[in-house]
Amino acid sequence: MQLPPAVHARLAGGPGAAEPLPVERSPKAGAVPFRFTARQVRFPREHEFFEDGDVQRHLYLQDVLTQVAGAPERPRVPEFTCQVAGCCQVFDALEDYEHHYHTLHRNVCSFCKRAFPSGHLLDIHILEWHDSLFQILSERQNMYQCLVEGCTEKFKTSKDRKDHLVRRHLYPADFRFDKPKKNMSPATPRATVQVSAEALGAEGEQVEGDAMEVCSEPAGERHTAGRRVLFVSEYLLPSVLVKGHHEDLKAPRKEINTSDD
Amino acid sequence: MWLRRQGCLRPAGCGVEELRRRRREREAALRKARREQQLISKRLLRDDAPEEGEGGCVAVILGQAEIQQFLQLAQRGTEEKERGRALVSLRRGLQHPETQQTFIWLEGSMRTLVGLLTSNQALLQLEAARCLHELSHSEQSAVAEACLPATSYLLTYLSGHSSDFISPHVTVLEALGYALSQLLQAKEAPEKIIPSVLGSTLPQHMLQLLQPGPKLNFGVAVEFAWCLHYITCSQVNNALLITHGALSTLGLLLLDLAGAVQRTEDAGLELLACPVLRCLSNLLTEAAVGAVGEQMQLRDERVVAALFILLQFFLQKQPSLLPEGLWLLNNLTANSPSFCTSLLSLDLIEPLLQLLPVSNVVSLLVLTVLCNVAEKGPAYCQHLWPGPLLCSLLGTLAFSDTEVVGQSLELLQLLFLYRPEAAQAFLQQSGLQALERHEKEAQLQDRVHALQQTALHS
Repeated sequence: MQLPPAVHARLAGGPGAAEPLPVERSPKAGAVPFRFTARQVRFPREHEFFEDGDVQRHLYLQDVLTQVAGAPERPRVPEFTCQVAGCCQVFDALEDYEHHYHTLHRNVCSFCKRAFPSGHLLDIHILEWHDSLFQILSERQNMYQCLVEGCTEKFKTSKDRKDHLVRRHLYPADFRFDKPKKNMSPATPRATVQVSAEALGAEGEQVEGDAMEVCSEPAGERHTAGRRVLFVSEYLLPSVLVKGHHEDLKAPRKEINTSDD
Repeated sequence: MWLRRQGCLRPAGCGVEELRRRRREREAALRKARREQQLISKRLLRDDAPEEGEGGCVAVILGQAEIQQFLQLAQRGTEEKERGRALVSLRRGLQHPETQQTFIWLEGSMRTLVGLLTSNQALLQLEAARCLHELSHSEQSAVAEACLPATSYLLTYLSGHSSDFISPHVTVLEALGYALSQLLQAKEAPEKIIPSVLGSTLPQHMLQLLQPGPKLNFGVAVEFAWCLHYITCSQVNNALLITHGALSTLGLLLLDLAGAVQRTEDAGLELLACPVLRCLSNLLTEAAVGAVGEQMQLRDERVVAALFILLQFFLQKQPSLLPEGLWLLNNLTANSPSFCTSLLSLDLIEPLLQLLPVSNVVSLLVLTVLCNVAEKGPAYCQHLWPGPLLCSLLGTLAFSDTEVVGQSLELLQLLFLYRPEAAQAFLQQSGLQALERHEKEAQLQDRVHALQQTALHS
């Protein structure tokens, strides 16, 4: 099927509709014995029109799910340690490190060092915790916004918001992304930070933490892992972190994969 | 992410012919199942599953106590690998329907799983996503229903990361989308499940995950596009989706797909194109379209260009999707002088005619689109003749399919009406003989006769 070059050019062009040619119908058009009427068509889900596409979809799923059932081999690298000050988590797979970094170190509040799962939640935190104007305004109007994007509700207090999240959006009843200020995790060298809907710490404990932050280890409360190994990743990672350009995490990955280590 | 896996599908020592044979068998089985309304049977999705590689383990039935034990270990164990292994054991158990049942009725189990799905440890998150996949195969939709309340929470947590492409998050998102698509296919979905989905913030989340751009993850988009299709074709409240900007999001995604098709020969793009085309086509039929503002409508001419680029792609890679693409073209052009004009100004009539020989269904749709253009009047028919159209119509008159011939007759009537010179040319090209062969056909004879008269008196 040959397409004129104008088509590709048009796709690359800006939005816009064609100026329509004048429409002029005759009453004889589609008149008996003819029957044509221009009309849109809709198909319900079980219609046989969808058979081919549905079959293709299920063939794809069959292929994919046999893959999911078997755990794929994850590429291992020599062990290395997270370079963020105070964090001594050790890794042997880059995917794990990337995940750890983005979850715990990426969206960090520059005022109080708490970490958040996303930029959106960090923004809300900064507004609610570090903006004095917010405090003033919240005395007169509902300022605590619902965390679910698309929900426009606002609340007088953080607790009201939390109740709303649990009741309306069916968040887990004891959901917390935070960790109590006191360090509750066992002091083993490889202790990892737990962030789950079932928060650490006794339930009902009065916690200063905001109900949406990811917890981060306070500095100085961890000691380094027994082994510390110097590898290619060690001198690459600090430069990435210094620059603060996290897209570059892709670059060191390439270099590590092609190294002889 | 799914596509990356497609490269390693071939079982060892399997010839190409053998693979083709198996694929044909699987296709036949799926067609049969669909006709018997059994396509969503989870069993079918697992029939071909090879045995698990690790020690040849098969699905194990786990009791309540064991499930609880594994969950506890996964949640509170100290060694990361130990926690991961607990989840692997749980997953193996979940391959068995009895374990699935026990799991979903166990207090707090789903909540624990949801917590692990947002773990800050990649391994745990991945294994939890695999457990979710297994649960999605439960014959009882109770499982996917159990996921539904948590979906909003999970999407808030996960969507914030979509720009970072963190692999485990992507896996969880895909698993969620897949679980949701299973749920939406249930028989009772239109009455029970779809209304509650539409009443939540899920539609906005879904559309956000379908926004084209650097943040779009293909595997995730595929799952949620299918979710959207199951919702729209159930016709529960499509007007609501339109007010959320579904038409414009999907339209932009279509443009993006066409761009991708031009850049790469990747044959996987049709996996996303199919549900997008379906959603657009069905949404366009909503009366609500006329009632919303300009922004929410679909008027962009680039959509036509994109659609033809996709049609060209389908012709090469997936001809079975040509009817779906042409269905969208019909719904775009039927009531729109602007889109009909685009077809003419972009010179797309001839490419359209090139599709006529593909199949009867395709021919019928092509002729219908051409009728949409012709019925708008003389200004439009002026661009249809002189041109290749008449010759093509003489060709389709020789088809054996009555519907195709019938639609050709409809088009001829419009053409002769608005462009009388075309009738003369028709005569000169032995048009009468082409008509004669259908004089005895009950469904066609009245129209054949009428056209013969028109041509002779032109």
